[in-house]
Amino acid sequence: MNKTHNTQKAKKYGMVIDLDKCTGCGACMVACMAENNVPFKKDETNKLDSITWMHLYKLTNGKAFPETEICYLPRPCMHCEGAHGHPPCVSVCPATATDYDHGTGIVSQIYTRCFGCRYCMGACPYHARYFNWWDPVWPEGMKEYLSPNVSPRMRGVVEKCSFCFHRYQLAMDKAYHEGRKELEEHEYQSSCTQACPAGAITFGDLNNPDHQVHKIARPDNEHGGKPSATNVFRLLERLGTNPKVYYMSSREWVRRLGDNYLPHEKTGEIALGKQKGHH
Amino acid sequence: MDSALLPKGVKRCSFPQFSIGILIVGAVLLWGVYAMLLCWFKGLNQTGMNDSYGFALWIWADLAVIALGGGAFFTGLLKYIIGKDELKNIINFAVVIGFICYSSALLILAIDVGQPLRSWFIFWHVNVHSMLAEVAFCLSIYFSVLAIEFVPLLLENRKLDEVPFFHNLAHNMHEVMAVFAATGAFLSCFHQGSLGGVAGVLFGRPFAFREHLLVWPWTFFLFTWSAAAYGPCFTILLTKITEGITRKKLVKDNVVDLLAKISGWMIASYMVAKLIDTWYWATVTAPSRGLTFMQFYSDGNGLYTLWIIVAELVVGGILPALILTNKTLRANKSMLLLAVILACIGVCINRWVMVLQVMAHPVLPFEEWFAYMPSWQEVATTILPVAYGVILASLAYRYLPVFPQERELNPVNG
Repeated sequence: MNKTHNTQKAKKYGMVIDLDKCTGCGACMVACMAENNVPFKKDETNKLDSITWMHLYKLTNGKAFPETEICYLPRPCMHCEGAHGHPPCVSVCPATATDYDHGTGIVSQIYTRCFGCRYCMGACPYHARYFNWWDPVWPEGMKEYLSPNVSPRMRGVVEKCSFCFHRYQLAMDKAYHEGRKELEEHEYQSSCTQACPAGAITFGDLNNPDHQVHKIARPDNEHGGKPSATNVFRLLERLGTNPKVYYMSSREWVRRLGDNYLPHEKTGEIALGKQKGHH
Repeated sequence: MDSALLPKGVKRCSFPQFSIGILIVGAVLLWGVYAMLLCWFKGLNQTGMNDSYGFALWIWADLAVIALGGGAFFTGLLKYIIGKDELKNIINFAVVIGFICYSSALLILAIDVGQPLRSWFIFWHVNVHSMLAEVAFCLSIYFSVLAIEFVPLLLENRKLDEVPFFHNLAHNMHEVMAVFAATGAFLSCFHQGSLGGVAGVLFGRPFAFREHLLVWPWTFFLFTWSAAAYGPCFTILLTKITEGITRKKLVKDNVVDLLAKISGWMIASYMVAKLIDTWYWATVTAPSRGLTFMQFYSDGNGLYTLWIIVAELVVGGILPALILTNKTLRANKSMLLLAVILACIGVCINRWVMVLQVMAHPVLPFEEWFAYMPSWQEVATTILPVAYGVILASLAYRYLPVFPQERELNPVNG
């Protein structure tokens, strides 16, 4: 957590999800599960103990027909930066089984070190962390189809979205082999991004002004990465989690559901300076 | 049958009668052990927990027994450091209760983690930023201190005391007990506090999060304070229960009165701090996160509504404080009993909300309150330490001179 890093070359991988484009098809979820060897049960009806690194929420404006509107909100791990690389989950893990990588901005999970105390799950306000309540049981023959790049997890440990970190490693391996130290934007993309048929997900380096994610979200790093683009917001911005997943929607009610507001407060007008206290 | 092991000059029930009692409680213990083995061998799918309720009944039980067991460190502090010598007549029992509570907490933690065999990672790969790491370190070391404090009492068993080495060891350990009491108090301040910090640092959970003083959230100090305040109430309550079961007076009234008075003023001062904390959280901290006070008490399932904060702060806090700080009310046996029962319930509710209400409250605006129902395995493993505690306390009472005033208060004829 305290390792030194070269801030000049540091990446900050993140995502922008256009909620006006998302159709709720679930392709991102399926792609994520296949890519990351996410285990599943015979009966997945209880969503509270099913593992979905990419989870799809269905939002509604709460109005009666014909004014009813719905919006689907895909929710991966937010890879929060918190204040100075202290996401809610990383600072609480007693065994350093989860870490914030200052080189990529990715919050990692070390499955073989996690001993299953679940404190990180309690700390995450996005419910992005999942516990393996069971050992994974793969249907006949499916083991042959598991990805060799992602280690399957055992019972009793926590897992979560890694922004397909193995893809980053593979891309970096290739780049090194070719004598490069930097990746092209297209070389590292998460599986959900590539699977989305509507092109709702954009992935890249938020620190790189040439990357689409930066152009769309225009993160203000002077103010904890707060988006300066119109209609772009982050979930629970005012908690100070400093997430790296941005959302955009032209609909005000959708943006308002992205955070908690007092009745008199206007959507998007949050005084971040009021937050203090956590370290 | 076991008369040679019983303390001199006191009366105990017959061995068969004692054995039957132990067997009945032992059956409950075995039920808990069975549930524990299920959790260990089949995994935590045996529980009612889920991904939204990662902390539940067990963590509450941990926090509750540690708060209630706080009587050991605080009574030790009063007796050995502050010099309230009368408390020597109840300190043994406080240590026994503390030992039971802390060993229970460690046992529950061992069941609660998903990979128990990796529990040592918390020490080996420690993250110094984690409150849970601080809990693990202080709790383990303090449990060792409690075990050391328990040793002289064990050695005072009639048979063991006949061995000169044990007799002298017990005597010498008594001589240096102030050192262990001071160490225990120091460690307790940190682990009780860090248990409060476990909730208070959760800046992603507005119900739990509190402003910080240096690196510690307010809950750090509130938990230490409340354990010191409420712990002695549990010691008094169990003393009264033991007196009821044995049908004997075991501790003189002036000793209980002193402990009750100190506890009362501690609860009163804690309540002032807690009310200020609650007010600040409700009017400043929570609104800065876009939430109103009532949003935390609007559980559609009815569990987390205003009644719970009234039960915690008024019924389980202000009321016992009023009774225990009033000499006349305190002297009334029924009122005293009522006060210590309410106090124990009050601190248990506090620990409950700081664990379960934190999990139940939906932080994302488009989520609903989360519900949780413990499985029988969770209930059984939570009752397991209670059964274990009853057995250990019974054995301690039967074979060790736990209550120094027992002989004087209950002279045996002939």
